[in-house]
Amino acid sequence: MDPAITITDLAVDRGGRPVLHGLSTTIQRGSITGLLGPSGSGKTTLMRCVVGVQRVRSGAVTVLGEPAGSPALRRKVGYLTQAPSVYADLTVMENARYFASLYGVPAAEAAAAVRDVGLGQAAGQLVGSLSGGQHARASLACCLVSSPELLVLDEPTVGQDPVLRDELWGRFRAMAAAGTTLLVSSHVMDEAGRCDRLLLIREGRLIADDTVAAVRAAAGTDDLEEAFLRLIKAQEVAA
Amino acid sequence: MNPRITLSTAGRVLRQLRHDHRTVGLVLVVPAVLLTLIKYLFEAQPAVFQGVGLIMLGVFPFILMFLVTSVAMLRERTSGTLERLLTTPLGKLDLLLGYGLAFAVAAALQAAVSTLFAYFALGLDPRGSLALVIAIAVVNALLGMALGLFASTFARNEFQAVQFMPVFALPQLLLCGLFVSRDQMAGWLQAISDALPLTYAVEALQEVGTQAEPTGTLWRDVSIVGGAVVLALILGAATLRRRSG
Ligand SMILES: Nc1ncnc2c1ncn2[C@@H]1O[C@H](COP(=O)(O)OP(=O)(O)OP(=O)(O)O)[C@@H](O)[C@H]1O
Ligand SMILES: [Mg+2]
Repeated sequence: MDPAITITDLAVDRGGRPVLHGLSTTIQRGSITGLLGPSGSGKTTLMRCVVGVQRVRSGAVTVLGEPAGSPALRRKVGYLTQAPSVYADLTVMENARYFASLYGVPAAEAAAAVRDVGLGQAAGQLVGSLSGGQHARASLACCLVSSPELLVLDEPTVGQDPVLRDELWGRFRAMAAAGTTLLVSSHVMDEAGRCDRLLLIREGRLIADDTVAAVRAAAGTDDLEEAFLRLIKAQEVAA
Repeated sequence: MNPRITLSTAGRVLRQLRHDHRTVGLVLVVPAVLLTLIKYLFEAQPAVFQGVGLIMLGVFPFILMFLVTSVAMLRERTSGTLERLLTTPLGKLDLLLGYGLAFAVAAALQAAVSTLFAYFALGLDPRGSLALVIAIAVVNALLGMALGLFASTFARNEFQAVQFMPVFALPQLLLCGLFVSRDQMAGWLQAISDALPLTYAVEALQEVGTQAEPTGTLWRDVSIVGGAVVLALILGAATLRRRSG
C-alpha cells in the first residue's frame, strides 16, 4: 500500500524567513508518528503543509496519494489546530454537530465524539465557559466526528491531566489499529514513547526520523528526554 | 457548493445569534426606538416623517448587518475557525451563502418588527405595500452583509472592523439623497452618489412611499442593489484564501 504522507524537499518561508529547509520523510498508513522539537522549530508549519493550508516555497507533499490540500482530501483528513478553534458562543454539542454536518455525518456520531473526549457531562455547556483543557477537548471532538483516514493533531493533549491523557492515547492507539494514520505533535516526552515512529525537528531540519527503539539506540539511552537532548547536542557539534 | 452544508452553516450562524440574547434584543428594539425619536422630531412636519422614517427602515438593516458581519467574519479569522473550516468539505460559497441566508432571516425579522411597529404605532403609511418595504430592507441587509464581509478582510482586530463602518457606510448615507436631495448636489457629488448602491436602495423605498404599484424604477433599483450584493460577495470570496503564509 502506498504511504499516507510523502514529503519531498519541502521548503517553507514564513514572514520572509526560511522556516523549513528542504525536509523529506515518509509516513506509513495505520501508524502513529510523533512530531517533536523545540518551540518554534516548525512543527505547526509542517502540519499546516500536510493539511494544505500553508503556502510553500518548493517541494512536494503527497497525502493519501493526492497533492496536499486537494479537494478530495478534505473529507479524509482531520486537522486539530494548536489553538482550539471552535465557536465560543455555541455549546460543545452544537459545535460537534455543526462539524459533523459538514461531512454529512449523523448527529449520533457527534454525540459519540463528545463522549470520547470526556465531555459527555459538559455537552450542553457553552464552549466559552469551559476550562482550558475542556476547551481543547471540544476542539478535538470536532475533528474526530468525521472519522478521517488521516488525523493531524497539533498538541492534542496539552493542558490535560494524566488520566485523560492516558485515555486519549488509548483512543489514538485504537484508531491506528483500525487503520487511521495519526501525526501528533507534542512537547511531552513520555508521549513520544507511545508513538510508532518519531520525527525530531530542530530549526526546520529533521534530526531524527526513526522508530522509538532506533532513536533510543542511536542516542544510547532509554530516556527519550535525554535522547533528544543528546541528538540536539550532537547536531550542534556537527553544525 | 453543497446545499446541505450551506443550510447547516446558516443554522449554525443563527444558533450563535440566538445564544446572544442582548444582540437579538438590540437588533429588534433599537430601530423601533429610533423611529419613535424621528417621529417626534418631525412632529410638526408629518410629511417629512413619512419620507425619512421609510428610508430609515432600509438604512437600519444595512448598518446593522454591516457591523454584525464584519465582526463575525473577523471572529472566524482570529479564532482559527475559518482556517479550520477551509480544511473541511465546506466550499467558500457555502460559507458566504450560509451567512447570507442566516442574516437574511435575521434582517427579515428585524424589518418585519420595525415596519409593523412604524405602521401601527407611528402611523407610517407608504402608498405601496409593506411587504415590499420589508423585502427592500432585506436586500439592504444583504448589501450591508456583503460589504461587511469584504471590509473584514482589511481589519486585523475589532477596533478596525468597527471603524470600517463609517468608511463604507457613512459616505453612502450622506450621498444617498436623505440629507440633501440628489438634484441639489454638486455634479461631482451626484456622480459619486450614482456609483453607490445605497442610493438605489433609498430611491426604491421612495418609490414604494409614493407609488401604490411597484414601478419600473423600483425593480431597476432593486436589481442594481442585488447586483452590488453579488459583486461584493465575489470580492469577499476572492479574499478567502485556503492557503496562507
Ligand atoms: N504567521 C507567521 N508569520 C511569520 N512567522 C511565523 C508565523 N507563524 C510562525 N512563524 C515562525 O515560524 C517558525 C516556526 O513556527 P511553528 O509555529 O511551526 O513552530 P512550532 O514548532 O509549532 O512551535 P511550538 O512548539 O511553540 O508550537 C517560528 O520561528 C515562528 O516564529
Ligand atoms: Mg506549534
